[in-house]
Amino acid sequence: MRVKPQTTDRIATMAIYAVACLVVLLLVFFVGYLLCHGASRLNLHFILSSPVFMKEGGGIGPQLFNSLYLVFLSMLITLPVGLSAGIYMAEYAKPNRLTAAIRFCIEALASLPSIVIGLFGLLVFVNLTGWSYTLIGGALAVSILNLPVITRISEDAIRSVPPSIKEASLALGATRWQTIVKVIIPSAVPGLVTGAVIASGRVFGEAAALLYTAGMSSPNLNFSNLNPFSASSPLNPFRPAETLAVYIWQVNSEGLAPDARQIADGASAILIIAVFLFNIGSRLLGRRIKARFAGKESGRRIVKI
Amino acid sequence: MDDNNNGLKIYTENLNLFYGDIHALKEVNIEVEEKKVTALIGPSGCGKSTFLKTLNRMNDLIPAVRITGDVYLDSLNVYRQYDIVELRKRIGMVFQKPNPFPMSVYDNIAYGPRIHGVRSKSKLDEIVYRSLTNAALWNEVKDRLRQNALGLSGGQQQRLCIARVLAVEPEVVLMDEPTSALDPISTLKIEDLIDELKGKYTIVIVTHNMQQAGRISDKTAFFLHGEIVEYNDTEKIFSRPNDKRTEDYITGRFG
Repeated sequence: MRVKPQTTDRIATMAIYAVACLVVLLLVFFVGYLLCHGASRLNLHFILSSPVFMKEGGGIGPQLFNSLYLVFLSMLITLPVGLSAGIYMAEYAKPNRLTAAIRFCIEALASLPSIVIGLFGLLVFVNLTGWSYTLIGGALAVSILNLPVITRISEDAIRSVPPSIKEASLALGATRWQTIVKVIIPSAVPGLVTGAVIASGRVFGEAAALLYTAGMSSPNLNFSNLNPFSASSPLNPFRPAETLAVYIWQVNSEGLAPDARQIADGASAILIIAVFLFNIGSRLLGRRIKARFAGKESGRRIVKI
Repeated sequence: MDDNNNGLKIYTENLNLFYGDIHALKEVNIEVEEKKVTALIGPSGCGKSTFLKTLNRMNDLIPAVRITGDVYLDSLNVYRQYDIVELRKRIGMVFQKPNPFPMSVYDNIAYGPRIHGVRSKSKLDEIVYRSLTNAALWNEVKDRLRQNALGLSGGQQQRLCIARVLAVEPEVVLMDEPTSALDPISTLKIEDLIDELKGKYTIVIVTHNMQQAGRISDKTAFFLHGEIVEYNDTEKIFSRPNDKRTEDYITGRFG
């Protein structure tokens, strides 16, 4: 028996819609579940105050700050390196064995389990350097995790710039470097920004790589102390720094506060909200940069009759 | 028309080009006259665009390309005696599809002068004004210099690309089917523009459109399978071609 192509088409369409709906429903359910359970803690006091030991009512202030600071530090490391590597892969690498080997390494690095990177970090950034548990050690470990992602994002963003634009620049007598800096990178910026912010969201939620590098404790921080060399300054990168995701894991498995469960729920809700904000922020930023490229602020008006 | 030796801008000697194993250009010898329009015609895949790109060395970008023979610009060897930046400054190129940068109209035109070291704002303003005027685009864009060039129509974008080339003050302008992606009215505007530009610039234009070649060019070369079958005054090519194949092509019997 022969099925009419139109019928097959309709069935396929319905199946694809069904799967898409399923994915969306799962996501809505998951986020809804987290938000409902954490709802009781979604207040400023919880977000800003410090955790308290063995008592109810502790907050997540330092952990939240640590997470944000860690994202910032790791981006400071990965963006320049990853962007350079992406430029190399997209513009300079010739299609030969060496390039294939590099690509293989990047992909292998991208698929390493983060706990392995955490243990590597323990060996290198904690023990070998003698720093003990530090924020910078955590940032470096997360950077290893993030580097292949940023490299891939940069390469894709640069490859997506139409070759016709590159040709136009070269044909005007621009060198390859001028073409990369003045035409290709600016055209790739919206893609780069979106990618980098989404990668930041991943770093923000990372726990396994940080357990043994940034540590599971945070010293008492004095938020009015802005001297990055002082031990109690939140800006000091050479201090232990428990992040939000690590705290969720810790409080859930060995928390001593009577409201440990609620703290974990509340912190999870905050974490997922933060990741959402990252993603929405990346969209808005990408759009703004595109609008800026629309030339509203560049160039000059010439007054001539 | 016979004083070829005086007004000679570009000439090639036994130029061959290979794409891997494919022999794409075979023993091409041509003399391009200064401040004239030279049209290259021929069926798809005959090598006319490839030939055009040997003149400003755009084929250098393709790894599998091998070139033998010589190309001369003002009696100096394009492949041996020119710095590629200097060469491309003197030989500008307009592409088949308009390819403005995703920047403002102003920045598109100023791009070339800026990379060649022009910093002064008043000088750049002057160049932008002059280039857009010469490309017959100034009146249409003078109020939107700071808007994205991608917002212009296809025909305007192509004239912008021509203005962008003129801004670096080239001596030769190569055009690779510059009107094939445009509507008839935009095409006409570009043709008028080419008519105005000749006399100031040496123009080499690849075209699929025989009427266009007839309308705008002084000399025409007919390419077939990587060879120049016939090269002569345009009028002669279109009225009394020497070669049977040329006649067949321009009368539409093949291609």
